[in-house]
Amino acid sequence: MPVTPHMERHFPIFSAMAEHSLLVEFGDQIDRTINSKVLHLDQALAEAPFHGFVEAVPAYASLLVRFDPVISDHSLAEAALRGLLDHTSSLGHPQGQRDVAVCYDFDLAPDLPAVAAATGLSPEAVIASHLAGQYSVFMYGFAPGYAYLAGVPEAIRLPRKPAALRGVAAGSVLIAGPQCLVSTITMPTGWWAIGRSPTKILTGNPAGPFLFDVGDGVRFHRISRAEFDERVNK
Amino acid sequence: MSDAVLSVNFAGPHVSVQDGGRKGFMRFGVPWSGPMDRRSFAAANVALGNPADAAAIEVSLGGLMLECLSGTVSFAVAGGGFIIDHAGQKRGSWTIATLKPGQKLAIRPGPWGSWCYLTLAGTLQTDHWLCSASTHTMSGLGGGKLNSGMKLAVTDAVQREDREGDIPCPVNARPRHEVRVTMGPQQRFFGEDALATFANGPWHMTDAWDRMGVRISGPFIAPNTTLDMPSEPIVRGSVQVAGDGVASILFSDHQTTGGYPKIATVLDCDIDALVQLRPRDIVAFRPVSPQDAIAIARATIEMDHRHRFAISQSRGSLDWRLRTENLIGGVINAKDAATPSLPPSTPAATTSERSWPTSRLGLPGLSSPF
Repeated sequence: MPVTPHMERHFPIFSAMAEHSLLVEFGDQIDRTINSKVLHLDQALAEAPFHGFVEAVPAYASLLVRFDPVISDHSLAEAALRGLLDHTSSLGHPQGQRDVAVCYDFDLAPDLPAVAAATGLSPEAVIASHLAGQYSVFMYGFAPGYAYLAGVPEAIRLPRKPAALRGVAAGSVLIAGPQCLVSTITMPTGWWAIGRSPTKILTGNPAGPFLFDVGDGVRFHRISRAEFDERVNK
Repeated sequence: MSDAVLSVNFAGPHVSVQDGGRKGFMRFGVPWSGPMDRRSFAAANVALGNPADAAAIEVSLGGLMLECLSGTVSFAVAGGGFIIDHAGQKRGSWTIATLKPGQKLAIRPGPWGSWCYLTLAGTLQTDHWLCSASTHTMSGLGGGKLNSGMKLAVTDAVQREDREGDIPCPVNARPRHEVRVTMGPQQRFFGEDALATFANGPWHMTDAWDRMGVRISGPFIAPNTTLDMPSEPIVRGSVQVAGDGVASILFSDHQTTGGYPKIATVLDCDIDALVQLRPRDIVAFRPVSPQDAIAIARATIEMDHRHRFAISQSRGSLDWRLRTENLIGGVINAKDAATPSLPPSTPAATTSERSWPTSRLGLPGLSSPF
């Protein structure tokens, strides 16, 4: 039954996607409490996968759960997940702490002057504000290694630009609204590039190919141009 | 056993290395990638005696021209109705032959289909990322795109004479004009009218396509943009509608999350035949219940397994099997009740002249692509 916009929605909501997945929604906003419910179910599922479980994808407010349609089906998967919901209250998801280096030199931070102008702050105050943020990984999305970090301080929250700029370099530290991310490939984006990081999100290490797990805390620390150049050329 | 070296004399856009795909990293923003048409890809591998997920070359409508510099290696081409020009002989895809030093192999678009697969009897030397050779086109990670001038090395290359000849093309490898969908999961952004409009169509494929997805043109079904949604996960087969009403179907290299509402999700078992449609072809969406989706998928997967098993037998042993027991009769269960919808432009299939005893097998649902 299609749910029409005027109907109130009661979470969690389980929706079938094709023959292989359920989308479990815990809310419809970007919110730390809602996201932690997503991560709780994600972790409970990792610890006690149901028969036929294939893969789970956490997002801001929802968890995609994929299963093998030969072994399981939507009803079995939903029953298994509802069972896990009841047992997740005592669980805490793992929270690592990751450091990301940023150089804020103007040629690596093409939007820093514009962010300063739009917020009424000096460029140094924008940098200080960005460094002071308490970030955590809400989800990965879009492309490999694109970790969406929530926690940009109010003072430097700006809506995305009206039009995307092409060819924004890999490693750019980007902000838009409450979100921050470090890009891994060169691409067009409407987010504001306020620095560049030599820290590899795609680590190249087979044992830990991605720097962050969803749920990790993230701190940025400032490095000099000399250190940036050294780490990039290493 | 030796090595073979092939030079790429020409590679069109979207020609890349693919294998069985890269699963388990969606949570890190990495889609499965892998072949656009997994059914034809697996057929090209197993018919040649390779594992179903061995690294191979995905050929787009852009086409591919190779030359064998050294070594001898058998190859299979399956998927679509491409034209294979090999050693002065023209044939259709769904074929196995052997490439020898000095010989050229050209693969060009033919009467139908958008993707075909070139598999090689040996191990294609290629880069891997996260344990997979599949190329993720947006980042270039994995085996990578093929470019004119590059060389391909195949180690442990062999000739497999016992497998040369035609590969039976299963009917469900044909382009599919009506795909089954489950509605949603973000159908709340669309009014009842829009949901009916979506199901009624008509929709057409466009030439705005790549491995990430295809834009479709049809009736205007813009979502209610006064609602906002945080980015939600996307799967291969998601049908998303942007705020301006532009609808697209996401494919192998899809972004893993997105903020546009998804009005429907194409059944995974219908996508391989869907991607063989061409720009401007008509496509229709038929909503089914989740229960029906499961039943359709199970029947399709069983049919695919039977076909794959039948073509994986080498010719010698198949003849032996035909003499000794009647295993093959009815091996393809045409249970796929959904009538395979052939494009109106497809020429009538003719019986293969080659040695594969298609008619003798009496396999319902098998036909030569030409």
